[in-house]
Formats: sequence, C-alpha cells, structure tokens
Amino acid sequence: MSLPDLPLRKSAVVEAVGGDRAFRRRIMEMGLVPGTKVRLVAVAPMGDPLTLELRSSRLSIRKKEAAQVRVRV
Amino acid sequence: MSERSNPAKPESSRLLVALAGNPNTGKTTLFNVLTGSRARVGNYPGITVERRMGEANLEGVGPVDVIDIPGTYSLVARTGEEQIAINAMLGLGGQRRPDAVVICADATQFVRSSHLVLQALEFGLPVLVALTMTDEAKEAAPDPVEMGRRLGCEVVAVVAAQGRGVAELNAAIARRLRMPERHEIWHWQPTAWLRKLLDETRAALPVQWPSCDAMALWALMSVETGDELHGIPAALRQAVHLPSEVRKHIDDEAILGRYSFMDAKLAPLGRHEPDQRLTERVDRILLNPWLGLLIFLLLMFALFEGLFAGADPLIHLIERVFAAAGDGIKRALPGSILAHFLADGLLSGVGAVAMFLPQILLLFFFLGLLEDSGYLARVAFLMDRPMRAMHLHGRAFIPMLAGFACAVPAIMATRTMERRRDRVLAMMVIPLTTCSARLPVYTLIIGSLFPARRLGGVLPAQGLLVVFMYAFGMATALLAALILSRTLPPLRSRRLPLVLELPPYRRPRLRDVLGMVWDRSRRFVTDAGTLIVICSVVLWGLLDFPREPARPSRDWKASVAQVDPSARPALERAAEAERMQQSYAGRLGRLMEPVIAPLGFDWKIGIGLVGAFAAREVFVATMGVVYGLEPDAAQTSLTLREKLRQEKRPDGTPLYTPLVGLSLLLFFALACQCTSTLAVVRRETGTLRWPLFLFAYTSALAWLVSFAVYQTGRGLGL
Repeated sequence: MSLPDLPLRKSAVVEAVGGDRAFRRRIMEMGLVPGTKVRLVAVAPMGDPLTLELRSSRLSIRKKEAAQVRVRV
Repeated sequence: MSERSNPAKPESSRLLVALAGNPNTGKTTLFNVLTGSRARVGNYPGITVERRMGEANLEGVGPVDVIDIPGTYSLVARTGEEQIAINAMLGLGGQRRPDAVVICADATQFVRSSHLVLQALEFGLPVLVALTMTDEAKEAAPDPVEMGRRLGCEVVAVVAAQGRGVAELNAAIARRLRMPERHEIWHWQPTAWLRKLLDETRAALPVQWPSCDAMALWALMSVETGDELHGIPAALRQAVHLPSEVRKHIDDEAILGRYSFMDAKLAPLGRHEPDQRLTERVDRILLNPWLGLLIFLLLMFALFEGLFAGADPLIHLIERVFAAAGDGIKRALPGSILAHFLADGLLSGVGAVAMFLPQILLLFFFLGLLEDSGYLARVAFLMDRPMRAMHLHGRAFIPMLAGFACAVPAIMATRTMERRRDRVLAMMVIPLTTCSARLPVYTLIIGSLFPARRLGGVLPAQGLLVVFMYAFGMATALLAALILSRTLPPLRSRRLPLVLELPPYRRPRLRDVLGMVWDRSRRFVTDAGTLIVICSVVLWGLLDFPREPARPSRDWKASVAQVDPSARPALERAAEAERMQQSYAGRLGRLMEPVIAPLGFDWKIGIGLVGAFAAREVFVATMGVVYGLEPDAAQTSLTLREKLRQEKRPDGTPLYTPLVGLSLLLFFALACQCTSTLAVVRRETGTLRWPLFLFAYTSALAWLVSFAVYQTGRGLGL
C-alpha cells in the first residue's frame, strides 16, 4: 500500500520510493530508504500534510508525494 | 562584505574552521560556546543568506576564525541557498577554504546525521564530528571513539549548553589543524557503470573546482534542468544532461550505498532507541486536528496581543523621550535652523527607528522561543494546507500575522523561510495587511466623513467600516500572493514539495534566543535604520522648506506683532499653514494634483500623502498643519474632523464626501507609502529592485482601485 493509506500511528516498512527526482533524493538522504521502519504520527487539520516518524525523527511531507512511497505492513 | 573585498583584514590570514550539520543539531549553541557569542553577521557573497563569523582561541594554535554554515541535510544542492554549504565547505564561489570542518551530529539521530559526514569524507575534507545532544540521547548515544574509528575521523561528544566536552573539542580541532594532509574516504563502492560516469563527469568539471570523484558525483546529483544553482558552466550542464531514470539510478546507488554502510556499521553503536516519549505525547496534543488547531490559534492570539499591548507602553515612552529631547534642543537654540534640523529632522528620524525596536525585540523573542522549542516547524505543518492555496509557505503565517502590528518587524521575520522565492513573495504582500500605523488615518477619515449611525439600530457603521478595512487588507494580501506567484517569473512557484523536519521538543536556551534578538535588532538599526533616518530628514526638508512662503498672502510677522497677544497663536498657525502649503511638499502636492484629482483628492491631501511617507500616521499631523490647527487638536483630530467636513471645492460643494473618504481609505490600504518598510525590504533582499517593485505595484493598484471606486461612485451620483 502507499503511505497515506497507512492507519494513524501504525508502523510499516518502506518498500520503494518514487516521485519527482529532487524530492525523492531529499527524503532518501533524510533516511526514508527501502527497508526503513516508518510510522504515521499526525495528519494536519485539512487532511494534509502528514507527519511520519522514521529513524527517531519526525518528517512532514504532503499527501501527494507520500502517495509515491510504497510500504508493507 | 566578503573577505575578498577586504583582503587587508588580519582575519584572512588566520586559519578557518567551518561549523556544519543538519538543522536542529545544536549547531548555533555550539557556535556561540566556541566563539563566546561574538559573531560578526554578514551575507554570503551574492546571496542574502546570513553568514555568521566568529573567533575562537585554540590552545597551541591561537585565534582562528569560525564560520557557521546554515543547517543542511546534504551537500547536494538544488537552489542557491542549498549551494552555500558545498561552497563554504570547499571554498568555492568566492568563499575562503576552511582548514577544518566540524560537523555537528545529533546523538539521538546519529545515523541520519552521519550522511553529511560521509559526503564530506568523500571529498577528503578535514572533518571532525561534534556529537551533540548526548545528554538527551543517554543510552542511545554511540561511543564516540568507536564511531570515529568506523567513520575514519575523530568524534568528540559535547553538551554545548553545559560546556561539557568543549575543551576536548577545541583540542581536537587544534589537532586536526596541525595535520594538514587530506584523504578521500569512501564507505561504499560505486559500480563500474557509475565509475565510468564519474570519470566522464570529472573531465567536464571547471578547473577551479577540485577534480575528484565526490565533486563529479555532486554535479551528477545536483545539476539538472530547472535547478537554481549559481556558477554552473554550460559545458558541465551538457556533460551531466542525462535521462531522469539514469539520474534516479545514480541517486539510489550513492544514497543507498551510504545508508547500507551506516545501517550496518554505525546503527549498532546505539544500544537503545532514544527516549522520545515527551515529543510523542506533546505532539498528540499539539498536532491533533482540533485541539492542536485551537491551541495554535490561542498562541497566535497571545503573540499578536503581546506584540500590540506589550510594545505599546515602550513605544509611547520612546516617543515622549524623543519629543522632550526635541523640545529641549529647540529651547536651547531658539529660532535656529540647526535646532530645527536636529529636533524635527534628525531626532524624529532616529526616534522613528527607535520606535520600531520594541516590536522587533518582542517579535524576535517570541520567534526565537517558538523556533528553539521546536514549535515553529509545527506551525508550518499546521498552516501548510491553507497557505499553500495562496502559493505561500506555511512559515509565512507568522510574518503575515505580525504585519497587522507593523510591516517592518514582519518583513524581518520572513527570515525563518529558507527559500528566497518564499521570502520575497511574503515581503511583497505583507505591506498590504492593515498595520497599526494605518489605524489613526482610518479613524480620522471614518470619524469625520462617515455618519455615526447604527445599521439596523445595532451595528455601528463606523466600527463596521474599520472591520471591513482589516478584512480588505487580509484579502488583498492573499490575493496578491496568488496573482504575483502566478505572473511574476522570479516569484512563480516552481512547485517544491514540502520536506519538513519536526524536531524534538526542547527547552530553548535563553542566551541563544537573546543573542539572536540582539543580532537582528543591531542589524536593523545599522542597516535599515540609517536609510530610515536619511528618508526622514529628506521628508522634513520637503515639508519645512523654504522657511518663508515665497508669495506670502500678507506680512505675517507684522500682522502677528500687531494683533492682541491672545489672537497670536491662531495667526501663527495660519502663517504656518500657508508656509506648509507653499513648501516643497506643498508644491509636490500641487504637482501631483492632476494625477490624484481623478481619485477625488485635492493638493492638500497630496501634501498629506507626501508626509505619510515618513510614517502613515504622520498624515494626520500633516493635515493638521495644512489646515492651521493647534498641534494638540490635530492629535485628538476632533477639530481636524470639523475642518475636513467644512472644506469646500471652488464650486461650493463639500470637498470631503464619504465617497472621497472611501477612495482615500482604499488608497491608504493598498499603497505601500512607508519609507521604513521600503528600507527594510531593501535591506532584506539586498537589492533596490524589490522595494521599487513593491512601491510601484502597490501605488498602481491603489490608484486604480481608488479611481474605479471614485469614478463609479460619481457615476452613480454619490
């Protein structure tokens, strides 16, 4: 499934990261690489952006880009 | 500003230590501790990103320069701002080459923090790691010696706020400086395919760049069509022009290569997960869609109220002190032109600068607390969706809110956004929000020209109009952001996806916050302040010269001498009114009349508009003088209201109708006729282009809207 489909506070493992090259490169550099454990910790008031927890840090990205990240529960 | 422009400075012969690291790793605190907080703040060459330099005294080495490189996750860059890190670490783009590079790595996230370290090692930079936040990480922190052994560079644990490990870090820097040899260290092996690409790219690198694989990899990963990088030769662009799929392969190889080393060799050094229960618990409340939003709104209300109520007594105090000083000078040197210049020109300009300070101090104190506690990133998270609809950055919310108090500190507060495009866009629309200086003008116009009726017997019409003006300001600011970002190429939103780290909640360190507040205020006074004083003196000259009317309607001095002493003040005021009407500003007002007549304004309003350039509320005082009123009466503006109501056009109809009032209100709401705002935009953007554009587009907009409203109203017979 893709990241935005993950239920709140549920953990998953990253399988593949897609999307625009510069964005993809940046989130991978920040540790969102295949095999990383990730958890959805918050959703902003209008349903977007999302906050993820990975590698003991919290990272916010928008739904549109998060949809490009495939995860396995 | 750069060292190159001033090679005689003794510091350029000194050794240079660069301080780098991810954002929120305690880099600023470490910089302050290493340098004793004495930072010289300037700009990086060719870009308005703050460059902080300080000095540290190392045992056995002596004084060295320390440069604080803006926080970054990677050396790979896409914008000019991100390019600073690579330029500063390698000594490219007109920067000095550092002799040692200290990289701050957060012990609670040392695996991710090491990515930047690995990049720097690949370049063969003289790297040293400062492992920060070890007190917070506790058991999760790696053993620095073992981490250093595996990385191939020295690692020193520091708790900068308590000064622990600082002496050891100083000694390690000194050791590194005495060891000039550099080795490229790679912890992953490029495949043969990538090797070939690296070799080809290396051949295309400009001669002044280091000819190494890391530099070739940087070019392959950074340079692409549509990037905002500076100084990339066309030949190199050509060399790295590759299909998007190939580029993604390169990214994968490099980043996954580094992470597989870090996950295999570094991650096991942390014996525990860091304790993040506090951040987890607080975020459950503060990022809750309902409760979090409510708390956010309350906090913003408190910030806004604090800005208004907290700064007000201080502003009044400063106002009184400067007024008293001015009176003192005039009494000491009665009738002298020098006293007049000092008191009304220079001193009132300096006073204007000083009166901005309370709000600047308060706003930056709040911002510092919000930023260092970790909440400012959450504001960007909560506000991203609504602000994005207007093409604004989530972090533009607080500056725009502050704009309701005053545009000057608000524009300075745009510094919390990293991208120039986001900052400039916010600066271009903040002056449209209703700042507090507009309120006295609105009160005067609305109070004198609109009936104090109640709509439906309940709602006060005048009050509603004030509320409307606030809403109008906010709406035009948001609309302007949308339109400017769609039409103006430098502001067009090259849609950058959001990547926002929410740092752990931490207690702000008061010394760092106060140091930042001090830096900001000092730079405001020295840079923008000077320009504000100059403008103030020029405006004083326009309004006060020539000292005698060129064509007096009567001999005022003789008249004043003849009349009964009790009638003198009135006569003197009439003389002053005539003088002002014939001053340069008065002539400017008449010159402007053909332009502003279609808006329903006469030349006397023109004088007021000229005066309003000093500060909008000066409009009220200027109009008071133009109409020959006692200064105090102009302040309370009661008699000024009477005067305005009685003023007639040559044909006997009243000059100031509610329609003219509305036209004037809209003009004031839209036109950025505030020299202080323009001065601070010049200072923050580093060019004259943006303040000129701001002035031009708001003036044109104001004129068009007032014109449309006035002429439509006339057409309707109002």
